[in-house]
Amino acid sequence: MRPLLISAATLATCLGRGVEATRAALAAGTSGLAPCRFETAELDTYVGEIDGIDEVRLPAGLAHFDCRNNRAAELGLALDGFESAVHATAARVGAERIGVFIGTSTAGILQTELAYRRREPAGGALPRDFDYRHTHNTFSVAEYARARLGLAGPCAAISTACSSSAKAFASAARFVEAGVIDAAVVGGVDTLCLTTLYGFNSLQLLSHAPCRPWDARRDGISIGEAAAFFLLERRARDADPDAVWVLGAGESSDAWHMSAPHPEGRGARDAMEQALRSAGLAPDTIDYVNLHGTGTPSNDAAEDKAILALFGDAVACNSTKGITGHTLGAAGAVEAMVSVLAIRDGLVPRSAGTRVVDSALHAGYDIAGGRRRVDRVMSNSFGFGGSNCSLVFARGSARR
Amino acid sequence: MRLAARIAGIGLVGPGLAGWGAARETLAGRAPYAPSPTRLAAPEALPATERRRAGKCVKLALATGLEAVAAARVDPAGLAAIFASSSGDGENCHAICETLASDDRLISPTRFHNSVHNAPAGYWSIATGATASVDCLGAYDASFGAGLLEALTRLAVEPGAPVVLVAYDAPYPEPLNGARPIPDAFGVAFVLEAANGAGPSIALGFTREPAQRAADAGLEALRQAIPAARALPLLELLARDAAGSATLAYLGDINLRVELAQ
Repeated sequence: MRPLLISAATLATCLGRGVEATRAALAAGTSGLAPCRFETAELDTYVGEIDGIDEVRLPAGLAHFDCRNNRAAELGLALDGFESAVHATAARVGAERIGVFIGTSTAGILQTELAYRRREPAGGALPRDFDYRHTHNTFSVAEYARARLGLAGPCAAISTACSSSAKAFASAARFVEAGVIDAAVVGGVDTLCLTTLYGFNSLQLLSHAPCRPWDARRDGISIGEAAAFFLLERRARDADPDAVWVLGAGESSDAWHMSAPHPEGRGARDAMEQALRSAGLAPDTIDYVNLHGTGTPSNDAAEDKAILALFGDAVACNSTKGITGHTLGAAGAVEAMVSVLAIRDGLVPRSAGTRVVDSALHAGYDIAGGRRRVDRVMSNSFGFGGSNCSLVFARGSARR
Repeated sequence: MRLAARIAGIGLVGPGLAGWGAARETLAGRAPYAPSPTRLAAPEALPATERRRAGKCVKLALATGLEAVAAARVDPAGLAAIFASSSGDGENCHAICETLASDDRLISPTRFHNSVHNAPAGYWSIATGATASVDCLGAYDASFGAGLLEALTRLAVEPGAPVVLVAYDAPYPEPLNGARPIPDAFGVAFVLEAANGAGPSIALGFTREPAQRAADAGLEALRQAIPAARALPLLELLARDAAGSATLAYLGDINLRVELAQ
């Protein structure tokens, strides 16, 4: 694919607001997970909750979008000079030449969960103040971001469960390559709701401890929430040799099962191979793989097989979900930021939560991480429905 | 921008529209439109366990997509797919929200994994064995336009890889239907190939012109009420077997202009 420059980026997660908060937590290897106190949930699990989300207010003209998910989006968009970077690019290329591609799995469904507790006594209708379009609907967060940034180009929500925001990068890259747009705002926004907490609980996939990817005692995921945004631009080069570029994307389907991965990691391997091909890179040029690494027994086992088949045990890899939690549809975007920071800061983050790697897993899993030069990173995101996406990021000076 | 494709096969399932072949005369204006509730067939292509659990959206998307690939005489296993829908499955969403509002929050694990927006896409890949990428988009009432744009963009970047686009929407039960009324299930699918070849070809561009209405009043009511039915002006154009153009609803401030050449 045609490489895209990441010219601005921002995020809000359980680690705090803005890139610096995430950078500091990754450097220290600290986890943002805490015992679940979300809403009325009564579940023995840990979550990664964004602090202070309830106090966020949307701008007056966009108040009808008010819900937890769009508040998270608003938090993210207001940080790290992101809005002004988008406006500067819009002034240069035109607001209609910037697309918006946002990955989400549940958007503002929490609003509907709450509305179902307030149904009209006679007839059972939802309360009149409930705004389905601007809160619950999958598109609401993409529509919010487009309106909030004053953009006028193409726009879509990408919703393929936990690969959603990784696939948003792939979609944006195609739109730029086809000449439909010159730049894209790409992001992932997913926030805590009872559907996902009780849903993963019903599948017995929630860990009772902070999640432990690749660990012999791993027992499930810890759900997190996040809003992460990137401005991607078509450029021939950039003055900064350390600027990070999106170099490749690979997508595949397991064609296997709705909620279980292909046991041999077939789809995962396909996605990784395609991402390398798309980037024009051989496996041995990748310095670090940020794994999907959710911490469920079957997910990690399947991904381990896929990594081994493609990289052997040579590549350093680990999962940062013990730090951020599994932010579901936002995971691809959050881990794109981990990839960018790994390159910018020369840091393979620690795998928080993991103590002893499962002896049945054989990839080169790096629990401790550490400071070292990182030029090229692969990031994996796999979701329900067998939807897989791998992305490759690289330092400008390390592009081929 | 110039995005183009050849339409190799069409699928259509909607109220009074039982397949592209059967609906063609109506869409061309040569037979009257007779509304009747959408009939959804059991998805025979799925293994028995999955078939039993298939909801409306899965049935609708599979029937529509499979009609298009059969018409195009292509093996769906080799196609990348684009699924566009305003929402996930309404029945699952309602059942989950109702359970979560009750004293006993034990929701069904099957309902949960079938509640994701990409459930029909997941079942599509299981039914057809397609291991290529499946994109799943939502853009509220602009969902069909977003899907068409994504499909033609994908073809522009990878002209050697034909795609199937499936746009579908099914109603929510009450009370969600009151907040988002969709009167009935409607699905439309196209197998799209790179523009060189035989068959009708389309070229796509943005326009600020308002979206075109469907010629028939009954069909126009569907177009306005169901996001996937925003495709109807294009289907009417295709049914007439003549060159022409149609303006399709997209985001409102920008719409899509489709030029059709036979």
